[in-house]
Amino acid sequence: MGGKMKKLLTLVILFTSTIASAGTLVVNSNQSGEPSKSAFDAYVAAFSAAHPEVTVVVNEFEHEAYKTAIRNFLTAEAPDVAIWFAGNRMKFFVDQNLFQDVSDVWADADLNDSMASSKGSLTVDGKQYGVPWGYYQWGVYYRKDLFDQLGLNVPRDWAEFKWVCAMLKKNGITPITIGTKFLWTAGGWFDYLNLRINGYQFHMDLTAGKVSYEDPRLDAVFDHWRELIDPGYFLEDHASFSWQDAQAPQINGEAAMYLIGNFYVPTFEAAGIGDQMDFFQFPTIYKGVGVAEDAPTDTMHIPSGAKNVEDAKKFLAFMSNKEAATNWAKMGGMLSPNKYADKPTNRFSIMGAKMLAAADDIAQFWDRDANPDMAGAAMEGFQEFMVKPDREDKIRARLEKERARIHGAL
Amino acid sequence: MSFWERNQLKIAPFLFLAPAILIFLVYVIYPIFDSIWVSFHEWNGMDKSGTRANGKPNWEFVGFKNYITLFTDDDEFYVSLFNNVRWLIFSLLAVPIGLALALFVNQRILGIRYIKSLFYFPFVINAVVIGVIFTWFYNPKYGALSLVLGFFGLDPIPMLADESLATYGIIIASFFPGIAYTMILYITGLTGVSREMIEAGRIDGASGFTMLWHIVLPQLRPATLIAIVVTLVGALRAFDLIAVMTAGGPWGSSEVLAYKMYQEALFNFRMGYGAAIATILFLIMDIYIAWFLYRLFKNERSEK
Repeated sequence: MGGKMKKLLTLVILFTSTIASAGTLVVNSNQSGEPSKSAFDAYVAAFSAAHPEVTVVVNEFEHEAYKTAIRNFLTAEAPDVAIWFAGNRMKFFVDQNLFQDVSDVWADADLNDSMASSKGSLTVDGKQYGVPWGYYQWGVYYRKDLFDQLGLNVPRDWAEFKWVCAMLKKNGITPITIGTKFLWTAGGWFDYLNLRINGYQFHMDLTAGKVSYEDPRLDAVFDHWRELIDPGYFLEDHASFSWQDAQAPQINGEAAMYLIGNFYVPTFEAAGIGDQMDFFQFPTIYKGVGVAEDAPTDTMHIPSGAKNVEDAKKFLAFMSNKEAATNWAKMGGMLSPNKYADKPTNRFSIMGAKMLAAADDIAQFWDRDANPDMAGAAMEGFQEFMVKPDREDKIRARLEKERARIHGAL
Repeated sequence: MSFWERNQLKIAPFLFLAPAILIFLVYVIYPIFDSIWVSFHEWNGMDKSGTRANGKPNWEFVGFKNYITLFTDDDEFYVSLFNNVRWLIFSLLAVPIGLALALFVNQRILGIRYIKSLFYFPFVINAVVIGVIFTWFYNPKYGALSLVLGFFGLDPIPMLADESLATYGIIIASFFPGIAYTMILYITGLTGVSREMIEAGRIDGASGFTMLWHIVLPQLRPATLIAIVVTLVGALRAFDLIAVMTAGGPWGSSEVLAYKMYQEALFNFRMGYGAAIATILFLIMDIYIAWFLYRLFKNERSEK
């Protein structure tokens, strides 16, 4: 007797106790790699402490592989909670009836108040289909020391921006670094040029497939882009580089500016140039066009096939817990969508929060706003344009053909 | 005697084969026909009863539409097909280079065993690792290639970012393991080369290239055949290096059919269209395999 029997007894007790409680909550997460992983783990730990009756099981996926895996697991073996993205990426699954309506969570946990700023990107036909947990700004991260050396100021409009580029180029510094091998960085440039020239509503109509890629209003976008491409202001051979590869020239002081998301901050701080770096908002191009920013929002959803909906709703509602919400966003280098969360302390996050609070509209980012099949084809076109700008007409005709196939004739 | 006892010897082989045949049917034969069936549909990979953004059902029978689009309305398809042809032609260079290396290391010199294993080493490395190494090698800013070119006063060549060079850049990377493999095949082949024949040839005054061409190579025919077949199949299957080194880019210029299929089905969510590409690739490979089997059987018969 003794040891063995005791062990067996504990097992039985453990087993029955899990049955007695509501049970296990399965969460599929794309929060792989640091610091995202520990940030998410902290949220799970805080939730488990507050809800000891729920056993949380996390299935962690690699971030890129998750994007294809989610299509399979939502239909085949749905978890109780899935991490995903706001905007069109979410709407796609809502249209396929794969995400549940969680409007009651918004009402019960008072998210309508605390998460008001993100509500739009999670709403389809007046109902909410997910809860946001973090977002971050896009903008130009630049080498302030190089600017100071050449006596350059932060450009506020297009003419100043081009002047800054010209001066940097003249002094042997690559004005703008970028790596377009995986395409999406080119999407960021298109987003900002189109948002600053044609405004938020036009941009949303384009990503929704309601505007032709041969529309004359887009001429100005490509023309402005060319004003940077033709004089060689972008990093040479950028199609060879990933976004990480493109950091090197800036860290080495060979390139001055980088249009990228705030997730870049931990990298350059670790590289020891945190003090030399600074941030500015993408400059105005046309006066009178409302200021819109790219600020991708990361979210949580309950799949339609979820087995433990009750606990899943608790897990989503826990985002109203100010401390847990603050920690998850902050540890992951993001801003919390909860307006009662503690204010960010990182210099770049503070600037981002201020900029986004003042923005007229918030876009999600090209490959989150546009239909997934269109987004890839379009970004491939943007990459080609950045290397072979003379092919503009051919590229736009090709994109329009794709758009017509996906969204139907106009 | 019961039925079992009478027919035991006849039935037993089938019983032993049954598990393998079953698995082969379920995982190889059935998916082939299923892919062909899918290729006649437009399908975004989601629940077949749902609807798409343009209001059409997720799963829609469209007949030969995918094939018609492929051949008449998709420039990238021809780019991929042409790249496959380039792969087929240029990857064959691995065979003579492998032979040359095999002849080189097939000498009795002190320490040649270690040199042999060094040459064989690339074949043991994972393709993904090779892809990453060559991507660094080609990096136009910090890569070894640009350093070497710089030493001779030449400008860096953006191998993987240039639409006309990217495919060649990847094929060269594929030589790294490919040559090692053909070399091993030839080294094994060379051990079977008859000494008497070489002696006889030498007496008749053959040496150098004549010796290689008329006496050694004919005896290496089986090795050559396998080397060519393996290289060609490898070229048609080329995928991993492309995925790692360029992801099909720049703007789709280094895609081959296998990669385009993956891209269309899993990233553009056009399962039917991807299946149509798969079917075409299957047909191309099938023609080649049929020809190969025909040659093999013919050879065996003539040897008998």
